[in-house]
Amino acid sequence: MSIETTHLGVLLIIVIMAAVTLVTRWGGPFLMSYVTINPRVESFINTMASSVLIAILTPMAFTGDLGARLALATTAILMLALRKPLPAIAGGILAAAGARYVFQ
Amino acid sequence: MTTSATTYRLDPAQVRAEFLRLLPISLFVVAFGAAFGLAAVQKGIVPLEATLMSVLVFAGASQFAVLELWGEQVALLPLIAITFAINSRHLLMGASLYPMLRQMPIAQRYGILLVLTDANWAVAAQDYQNGRRNLEVILGGGFVLWVAWLIGTLLGVYFGGLLQEPKSLGLDMVLGCFLLAMALGGRKNSRVIVAWTVAGAAAMAAYWWLPPHTHVVVGALAGGAVGFFWLERQSDEH
Repeated sequence: MSIETTHLGVLLIIVIMAAVTLVTRWGGPFLMSYVTINPRVESFINTMASSVLIAILTPMAFTGDLGARLALATTAILMLALRKPLPAIAGGILAAAGARYVFQ
Repeated sequence: MTTSATTYRLDPAQVRAEFLRLLPISLFVVAFGAAFGLAAVQKGIVPLEATLMSVLVFAGASQFAVLELWGEQVALLPLIAITFAINSRHLLMGASLYPMLRQMPIAQRYGILLVLTDANWAVAAQDYQNGRRNLEVILGGGFVLWVAWLIGTLLGVYFGGLLQEPKSLGLDMVLGCFLLAMALGGRKNSRVIVAWTVAGAAAMAAYWWLPPHTHVVVGALAGGAVGFFWLERQSDEH
Protein backbone atom coordinates (compact mmCIF):
# COMPACT_ATOMS: atom_id res chain seq x y z
CA MET A 1 0.00 0.00 0.00
CA SER A 2 1.21 3.47 -0.83
CA ILE A 3 0.24 7.07 -0.19
CA GLU A 4 0.26 9.59 -3.06
CA THR A 5 2.33 12.66 -2.21
CA THR A 6 -0.47 15.10 -2.97
CA HIS A 7 -1.24 17.74 -0.33
CA LEU A 8 -3.72 15.46 1.42
CA GLY A 9 -1.38 12.52 1.08
CA VAL A 10 1.52 14.41 2.65
CA LEU A 11 -0.77 15.45 5.51
CA LEU A 12 -1.64 11.79 6.02
CA ILE A 13 2.06 10.86 6.00
CA ILE A 14 2.79 13.52 8.63
CA VAL A 15 -0.09 12.34 10.82
CA ILE A 16 1.06 8.72 10.58
CA MET A 17 4.65 9.65 11.44
CA ALA A 18 3.49 11.82 14.34
CA ALA A 19 1.28 9.02 15.69
CA VAL A 20 4.00 6.37 15.44
CA THR A 21 6.52 8.69 17.11
CA LEU A 22 4.02 9.51 19.85
CA VAL A 23 3.60 5.78 20.51
CA THR A 24 7.38 5.56 21.07
CA ARG A 25 7.37 8.63 23.36
CA TRP A 26 4.43 7.39 25.44
CA GLY A 27 4.99 3.65 25.17
CA GLY A 28 7.95 3.26 27.54
CA PRO A 29 6.35 4.75 30.66
CA PHE A 30 3.01 3.18 29.73
CA LEU A 31 4.51 -0.32 29.61
CA MET A 32 6.53 0.37 32.75
CA SER A 33 3.33 1.13 34.65
CA TYR A 34 2.61 -2.62 34.46
CA VAL A 35 6.06 -3.56 35.80
CA THR A 36 6.75 -3.87 39.50
CA ILE A 37 9.85 -1.85 40.26
CA ASN A 38 12.20 -3.80 42.50
CA PRO A 39 15.95 -3.20 42.95
CA ARG A 40 16.76 -5.56 40.08
CA VAL A 41 14.42 -3.77 37.66
CA GLU A 42 15.74 -0.41 38.81
CA SER A 43 19.31 -1.57 38.23
CA PHE A 44 18.29 -2.75 34.74
CA ILE A 45 16.70 0.63 33.97
CA ASN A 46 19.66 2.65 35.24
CA THR A 47 22.23 0.61 33.36
CA MET A 48 20.12 0.63 30.22
CA ALA A 49 19.86 4.42 30.40
CA SER A 50 23.55 5.11 29.89
CA SER A 51 23.81 2.13 27.53
CA VAL A 52 21.37 3.87 25.17
CA LEU A 53 23.99 6.59 24.69
CA ILE A 54 26.80 4.10 24.10
CA ALA A 55 24.63 2.19 21.59
CA ILE A 56 24.01 5.42 19.65
CA LEU A 57 27.66 6.49 19.77
CA THR A 58 29.59 3.29 19.01
CA PRO A 59 28.48 2.94 15.35
CA MET A 60 29.12 6.69 14.91
CA ALA A 61 32.72 6.16 16.03
CA PHE A 62 33.22 2.93 14.05
CA THR A 63 31.69 4.01 10.76
CA GLY A 64 32.33 7.76 10.88
CA ASP A 65 35.03 9.58 8.93
CA LEU A 66 38.23 10.93 10.50
CA GLY A 67 36.42 14.14 11.44
CA ALA A 68 33.73 12.23 13.32
CA ARG A 69 36.28 10.12 15.22
CA LEU A 70 38.43 13.10 16.14
CA ALA A 71 35.32 14.95 17.28
CA LEU A 72 34.30 12.16 19.65
CA ALA A 73 37.86 11.64 20.91
CA THR A 74 38.31 15.37 21.58
CA THR A 75 34.99 15.59 23.42
CA ALA A 76 35.89 12.54 25.54
CA ILE A 77 39.30 13.91 26.52
CA LEU A 78 38.02 17.42 27.29
CA MET A 79 35.03 16.07 29.22
CA LEU A 80 37.20 13.80 31.38
CA ALA A 81 39.75 16.58 31.93
CA LEU A 82 37.45 19.57 32.51
CA ARG A 83 34.12 17.91 33.48
CA LYS A 84 32.32 20.74 31.68
CA PRO A 85 30.06 19.74 28.74
CA LEU A 86 30.01 22.96 26.70
CA PRO A 87 33.79 23.33 26.13
CA ALA A 88 33.99 19.57 25.48
CA ILE A 89 31.25 19.72 22.82
CA ALA A 90 32.65 22.89 21.24
CA GLY A 91 36.12 21.27 21.11
CA GLY A 92 34.66 18.20 19.41
CA ILE A 93 32.89 20.24 16.74
CA LEU A 94 36.02 22.30 16.09
CA ALA A 95 38.02 19.08 15.76
CA ALA A 96 35.57 17.73 13.14
CA ALA A 97 35.58 20.99 11.18
CA GLY A 98 39.37 21.24 11.41
CA ALA A 99 40.00 17.65 10.31
CA ARG A 100 37.68 18.04 7.34
CA TYR A 101 39.26 21.35 6.37
CA VAL A 102 42.76 19.86 6.43
CA PHE A 103 42.13 16.41 4.93
CA GLN A 104 39.35 16.99 2.37
CA MET B 1 -0.19 3.52 42.90
CA THR B 2 -2.27 6.31 44.41
CA THR B 3 0.04 6.73 47.40
CA SER B 4 3.05 7.98 45.43
CA ALA B 5 0.98 9.61 42.69
CA THR B 6 1.88 13.27 42.99
CA THR B 7 5.06 13.69 44.98
CA TYR B 8 6.86 15.14 41.95
CA ARG B 9 5.85 18.72 41.27
CA LEU B 10 7.33 20.61 38.34
CA ASP B 11 8.98 23.80 39.57
CA PRO B 12 8.26 26.61 37.05
CA ALA B 13 11.48 28.47 37.90
CA GLN B 14 13.44 25.28 37.29
CA VAL B 15 11.64 24.72 33.96
CA ARG B 16 12.78 28.19 32.86
CA ALA B 17 16.31 27.50 34.08
CA GLU B 18 16.43 24.27 32.02
CA PHE B 19 15.09 26.15 28.97
CA LEU B 20 18.10 28.47 29.27
CA ARG B 21 20.47 25.57 30.04
CA LEU B 22 19.69 23.90 26.69
CA LEU B 23 19.54 27.19 24.77
CA PRO B 24 23.19 26.95 23.60
CA ILE B 25 22.79 23.42 22.24
CA SER B 26 19.48 24.36 20.62
CA LEU B 27 21.34 26.88 18.45
CA PHE B 28 22.99 23.88 16.78
CA VAL B 29 19.57 22.23 16.45
CA VAL B 30 18.56 25.28 14.38
CA ALA B 31 21.34 24.33 11.94
CA PHE B 32 20.10 20.73 11.77
CA GLY B 33 16.55 21.93 11.25
CA ALA B 34 17.76 24.13 8.40
CA ALA B 35 19.48 21.14 6.81
CA PHE B 36 16.22 19.19 7.06
CA GLY B 37 14.15 22.04 5.64
CA LEU B 38 16.52 22.36 2.70
CA ALA B 39 16.54 18.61 2.03
CA ALA B 40 12.74 18.49 2.25
CA VAL B 41 12.09 21.23 -0.31
CA GLN B 42 14.67 19.65 -2.61
CA LYS B 43 12.50 16.50 -2.52
CA GLY B 44 9.49 18.58 -3.61
CA ILE B 45 7.80 18.93 -0.23
CA VAL B 46 6.25 22.40 0.07
CA PRO B 47 7.50 24.65 2.91
CA LEU B 48 4.28 24.50 4.92
CA GLU B 49 4.26 20.69 4.84
CA ALA B 50 7.91 20.41 5.85
CA THR B 51 7.30 22.84 8.72
CA LEU B 52 4.19 20.97 9.84
CA MET B 53 6.19 17.74 9.87
CA SER B 54 8.80 19.31 12.17
CA VAL B 55 6.09 20.71 14.45
CA LEU B 56 4.14 17.47 14.81
CA VAL B 57 6.78 14.74 14.46
CA PHE B 58 9.77 16.51 16.08
CA ALA B 59 12.15 13.59 15.53
CA GLY B 60 14.95 14.63 13.19
CA ALA B 61 16.55 11.32 12.28
CA SER B 62 13.24 9.76 11.24
CA GLN B 63 12.28 12.88 9.27
CA PHE B 64 15.52 12.66 7.29
CA ALA B 65 14.99 8.93 6.76
CA VAL B 66 11.50 9.42 5.33
CA LEU B 67 12.96 11.76 2.70
CA GLU B 68 14.83 8.69 1.42
CA LEU B 69 11.46 7.03 0.73
CA TRP B 70 10.06 10.10 -1.01
CA GLY B 71 8.67 9.94 -4.54
CA GLU B 72 5.33 10.19 -6.36
CA GLN B 73 4.14 7.77 -3.71
CA VAL B 74 5.39 6.75 -0.28
CA ALA B 75 4.99 3.10 0.71
CA LEU B 76 2.95 2.81 3.90
CA LEU B 77 4.59 -0.14 5.65
CA PRO B 78 8.20 1.03 5.21
CA LEU B 79 7.06 4.50 6.39
CA ILE B 80 5.65 3.06 9.61
CA ALA B 81 8.48 0.56 10.12
CA ILE B 82 11.30 3.07 9.64
CA THR B 83 9.64 5.75 11.78
CA PHE B 84 9.08 3.22 14.55
CA ALA B 85 12.54 1.64 14.35
CA ILE B 86 14.42 4.94 14.41
CA ASN B 87 12.30 6.35 17.22
CA SER B 88 12.06 3.13 19.24
CA ARG B 89 14.90 4.45 21.42
CA HIS B 90 12.26 6.78 22.92
CA LEU B 91 10.62 3.66 24.41
CA LEU B 92 13.76 2.95 26.42
CA MET B 93 14.39 6.59 27.25
CA GLY B 94 10.84 7.03 28.53
CA ALA B 95 11.03 3.77 30.48
CA SER B 96 14.25 4.89 32.16
CA LEU B 97 12.48 8.00 33.47
CA TYR B 98 9.56 5.99 34.85
CA PRO B 99 10.74 5.91 38.48
CA MET B 100 10.41 9.72 38.43
CA LEU B 101 7.46 9.97 36.04
CA ARG B 102 5.29 7.67 38.17
CA GLN B 103 5.35 10.27 40.95
CA MET B 104 3.66 12.80 38.69
CA PRO B 105 -0.03 13.18 37.74
CA ILE B 106 -0.80 11.17 34.60
CA ALA B 107 -1.76 14.18 32.44
CA GLN B 108 1.52 15.94 33.26
CA ARG B 109 3.50 12.72 32.83
CA TYR B 110 2.29 12.16 29.27
CA GLY B 111 2.22 15.89 28.58
CA ILE B 112 5.92 16.46 29.13
CA LEU B 113 6.73 13.32 27.10
CA LEU B 114 5.44 15.12 24.00
CA VAL B 115 8.82 16.90 23.83
CA LEU B 116 10.97 13.95 24.91
CA THR B 117 14.03 13.78 22.68
CA ASP B 118 17.69 12.71 22.89
CA ALA B 119 19.28 15.85 24.27
CA ASN B 120 16.84 16.72 27.06
CA TRP B 121 16.55 13.05 28.02
CA ALA B 122 20.34 12.73 28.22
CA VAL B 123 20.50 15.61 30.70
CA ALA B 124 17.68 14.15 32.82
CA ALA B 125 19.31 10.71 32.79
CA GLN B 126 22.71 12.10 33.74
CA ASP B 127 21.22 14.15 36.57
CA TYR B 128 19.36 11.05 37.82
CA GLN B 129 22.61 9.03 37.82
CA ASN B 130 24.11 11.80 39.92
CA GLY B 131 21.25 11.66 42.40
CA ARG B 132 19.21 14.62 41.15
CA ARG B 133 15.57 14.37 40.05
CA ASN B 134 15.14 16.61 37.05
CA LEU B 135 12.02 16.24 34.92
CA GLU B 136 11.97 20.02 34.45
CA VAL B 137 14.63 19.60 31.77
CA ILE B 138 12.30 17.31 29.80
CA LEU B 139 9.72 20.12 29.63
CA GLY B 140 11.88 23.28 29.57
CA GLY B 141 14.74 21.77 27.58
CA GLY B 142 12.37 19.91 25.27
CA PHE B 143 10.44 23.08 24.54
CA VAL B 144 13.53 25.09 23.56
CA LEU B 145 14.70 22.21 21.35
CA TRP B 146 11.27 22.02 19.70
CA VAL B 147 11.25 25.77 19.01
CA ALA B 148 14.79 25.53 17.62
CA TRP B 149 13.81 22.62 15.35
CA LEU B 150 10.83 24.65 14.09
CA ILE B 151 12.88 27.84 13.49
CA GLY B 152 15.59 25.80 11.79
CA THR B 153 13.12 24.11 9.46
CA LEU B 154 11.61 27.47 8.53
CA LEU B 155 15.07 28.90 7.80
CA GLY B 156 15.92 25.83 5.73
CA VAL B 157 12.81 25.86 3.56
CA TYR B 158 13.10 29.61 2.85
CA PHE B 159 16.85 30.33 3.06
CA GLY B 160 18.32 26.83 2.71
CA GLY B 161 21.17 27.91 0.47
CA LEU B 162 22.87 29.50 3.48
CA LEU B 163 23.73 26.10 4.89
CA GLN B 164 24.68 23.89 1.98
CA GLU B 165 27.46 22.05 3.79
CA PRO B 166 26.78 21.69 7.52
CA LYS B 167 29.26 18.81 7.61
CA SER B 168 32.26 20.95 6.73
CA LEU B 169 31.48 23.00 9.84
CA GLY B 170 31.33 19.87 11.99
CA LEU B 171 27.64 20.45 12.67
CA ASP B 172 26.75 16.80 12.03
CA MET B 173 28.73 15.92 15.16
CA VAL B 174 26.88 18.22 17.59
CA LEU B 175 24.48 15.61 18.88
CA GLY B 176 27.14 12.89 19.02
CA CYS B 177 29.50 15.08 21.04
CA PHE B 178 26.66 16.22 23.29
CA LEU B 179 25.51 12.67 24.06
CA LEU B 180 29.10 11.55 24.68
CA ALA B 181 29.64 14.43 27.11
CA MET B 182 26.45 13.40 28.94
CA ALA B 183 27.52 9.74 29.11
CA LEU B 184 30.96 10.63 30.50
CA GLY B 185 29.44 13.08 33.00
CA GLY B 186 27.58 10.27 34.78
CA ARG B 187 28.85 7.83 37.37
CA LYS B 188 31.53 5.39 36.28
CA ASN B 189 32.53 2.18 38.04
CA SER B 190 33.55 -1.28 36.88
CA ARG B 191 29.90 -2.32 36.54
CA VAL B 192 29.14 0.63 34.27
CA ILE B 193 32.26 0.03 32.19
CA VAL B 194 31.31 -3.64 31.65
CA ALA B 195 27.75 -2.61 30.72
CA TRP B 196 29.06 -0.04 28.22
CA THR B 197 31.41 -2.57 26.65
CA VAL B 198 28.56 -5.07 26.26
CA ALA B 199 26.24 -2.33 24.94
CA GLY B 200 28.82 -1.13 22.41
CA ALA B 201 29.62 -4.65 21.19
CA ALA B 202 25.94 -5.59 20.88
CA ALA B 203 25.18 -2.33 19.06
CA MET B 204 27.96 -3.00 16.53
CA ALA B 205 26.83 -6.62 16.04
CA ALA B 206 23.27 -5.40 15.43
CA TYR B 207 24.55 -2.64 13.16
CA TRP B 208 26.37 -5.16 10.97
CA TRP B 209 24.06 -8.19 11.08
CA LEU B 210 20.53 -7.16 12.11
CA PRO B 211 17.99 -5.04 10.19
CA PRO B 212 18.83 -1.31 9.90
CA HIS B 213 17.97 0.98 12.84
CA THR B 214 17.79 -1.82 15.44
CA HIS B 215 21.25 -1.24 16.91
CA VAL B 216 20.28 1.35 19.53
CA VAL B 217 17.60 -0.80 21.14
CA VAL B 218 19.67 -4.01 20.92
CA GLY B 219 22.75 -2.35 22.43
CA ALA B 220 20.80 -0.62 25.20
CA LEU B 221 18.95 -3.79 26.22
CA ALA B 222 22.22 -5.74 26.26
CA GLY B 223 23.78 -3.11 28.51
CA GLY B 224 20.67 -3.14 30.69
CA ALA B 225 20.95 -6.93 31.05
CA VAL B 226 24.34 -6.42 32.71
CA GLY B 227 22.62 -4.21 35.28
CA PHE B 228 19.85 -6.77 35.74
CA PHE B 229 22.28 -9.53 36.70
CA TRP B 230 24.95 -7.39 38.39
CA LEU B 231 23.36 -5.37 41.16
CA GLU B 232 25.14 -2.39 42.62
CA ARG B 233 26.10 -2.83 46.27
CA GLN B 234 24.75 -0.15 48.58
CA SER B 235 28.29 0.91 49.49
CA ASP B 236 29.01 1.79 45.83
CA GLU B 237 26.15 4.22 45.71
CA HIS B 238 28.13 7.42 46.16
